[in-house]
Amino acid sequence: MGHIRIAGVSKGYINRRTVQRSPDTAGCFAGDRIAVLDDIHLEFHDGEMVCILGPSGCGKSTLLRIIAGFEACDRGSVVIDGRTVDGPDREHIFVFQHTALFPWMTVRENVGLGVRHLADRKEQGIRIQEYIEMVELDGFEDRYPHQLSGGMQRRAELARALVVNPETLFLDEPFTGLDFLTHMKMREEVTAMHEFIGKTIVMVTHDIDDALIMGDRIVVMSGRPSHVKLVRKLDFPRPRDFRKSPSLNDLRNEIFLMLGVNYAV
Amino acid sequence: MDGIKYFGKNIAFLGRALPEAVRISPAFRRRLFKALPFIAMLAAWQMAVRFSGWSPQVFPGPVAVAAGMWELMENGTLLGHAVASLFRVTVGFYLAMLAGIPLGILLGRWQPAAQMLNPAIQFLRPISPLAWIPLAMLWFGIGDPPAIFLIFLSSFFPLTVSTASAAAAIKPVYFHVGANFRFSRIEVLTKIVMPAILPDILTALRISVTIAWLVVVAAEMIAVTSGLGFLILDARNGLRMDYVMDGMIVIGVIGMCLDSLMMRLARFESVCWGTLAS
Ligand SMILES: Nc1ncnc2c1ncn2[C@@H]1O[C@H](COP(=O)(O)OP(=O)(O)OP(=O)(O)O)[C@@H](O)[C@H]1O
Ligand SMILES: [Mg+2]
Repeated sequence: MGHIRIAGVSKGYINRRTVQRSPDTAGCFAGDRIAVLDDIHLEFHDGEMVCILGPSGCGKSTLLRIIAGFEACDRGSVVIDGRTVDGPDREHIFVFQHTALFPWMTVRENVGLGVRHLADRKEQGIRIQEYIEMVELDGFEDRYPHQLSGGMQRRAELARALVVNPETLFLDEPFTGLDFLTHMKMREEVTAMHEFIGKTIVMVTHDIDDALIMGDRIVVMSGRPSHVKLVRKLDFPRPRDFRKSPSLNDLRNEIFLMLGVNYAV
Repeated sequence: MDGIKYFGKNIAFLGRALPEAVRISPAFRRRLFKALPFIAMLAAWQMAVRFSGWSPQVFPGPVAVAAGMWELMENGTLLGHAVASLFRVTVGFYLAMLAGIPLGILLGRWQPAAQMLNPAIQFLRPISPLAWIPLAMLWFGIGDPPAIFLIFLSSFFPLTVSTASAAAAIKPVYFHVGANFRFSRIEVLTKIVMPAILPDILTALRISVTIAWLVVVAAEMIAVTSGLGFLILDARNGLRMDYVMDGMIVIGVIGMCLDSLMMRLARFESVCWGTLAS
């Protein structure tokens, strides 16, 4: 399960600024609506890993929040597994862009939130431990978030999301703030986990390589008001490597160009 | 030259010969550091008494005050008064917590309540609790109730206002997480709101307990026949300035203890996440 259909979603925010600042809101006055999402149509299939790319501030987080039910859209609808989304749900776990671990709870308590309804205390403990070990935080179970590094906090947050074993998982730039090696490892880890559990994962990222290496489907959005610029199903076998697959490399150059960078490095 | 050298040697010799326990440890040095202002105050006091030329009836010196303290302690009046004051502060303060913290949470998390009640609270807040004394006496008569009422008033408003602003400042993302994990209303309260505002509440408690302690003395000068405030008033009527000063000293000491008690509370790990984070 985890089929997502996004039909004609539009979203705008009310401009509260009385003084014009950014050039893309020129001619738009206080009280006017700034269009962020413009008629988005997308369909994601069961068990797909979808990566959403786009320039900063184009509304990727907004789109993801709408799909996960944290925000209402102005027009259109989101349907997951035949049910129209009308609010947050245990089956759609969201990992926020900025850390949202509860700072007053230890790692164990944070991770335990998703399984707090399990009647069997022992099984609960085993589940928590399993996921803490998966993100390699064993030994840090009783630390508070402020005692962890930024990368460790991200990992703890991933563990908190995964322990629920949700139908769909929404990740908003889950790898920001990780060092290079941890980034690579988490990329591998999330891919492996996705192949293993086969749940639908929708991930927003600004890293084109992340999208190309991990995604079953990539979506590229334009700048604000953003529409879908490109949807592509990626059938490349894993593990993927740009140097060995010319067609993947071509796609990479194409996306770089699309996002306004002329020479991909 | 020779003398100094010899002297230095002597000191070094002393240092080596002294047993571990007698040498100045860092902890002892810290304590000495904190005690210095008190020693200076004592010295200044003694000097003032010596050179002011006022009679001991008007301005008693440290020795007289210490003697008075001893008398008050020996016959048990001091303990009785201190307990009476602490009892009133405790009751009034608990009542203020019981009413102020839930009200503050309501104001902080529910816009309509804030819009409705904020002006009224901001209107009542600047009225000194002492201005309520006549009404308190009229309504509650003589004895503990009016004093407790005044203490309640003095801590209720600061507690409510700080709780409200702390509750309003909780990051929305935490509530999103709560919604995502299907928190019940109770869980939102116990797992998000309360732990999130705890550090701010402790700060507010620390401030308002000080205010309550200030107010109790004033309240006891009017409505009751016990407590440290009464002790001071009574001593003044009997022209015993040494007892007046004893009362002041005890008030200071107890206030200091209350403050450090609150500080200690704020040091628990699950409580101080806010001050240690970032
Ligand atoms: N609550 C809000 N009120 C008003 N405007 C908002 C709000 N949330 C987002 N916006 C605006 O909507 C636009 C899209 O925001 P969003 O966070 O979705 O961008 P993003 O694509 O995730 O950017 P980034 O890659 O930097 O995270 C931004 O221009 C932002 O200013
Ligand atoms: Mg974003």
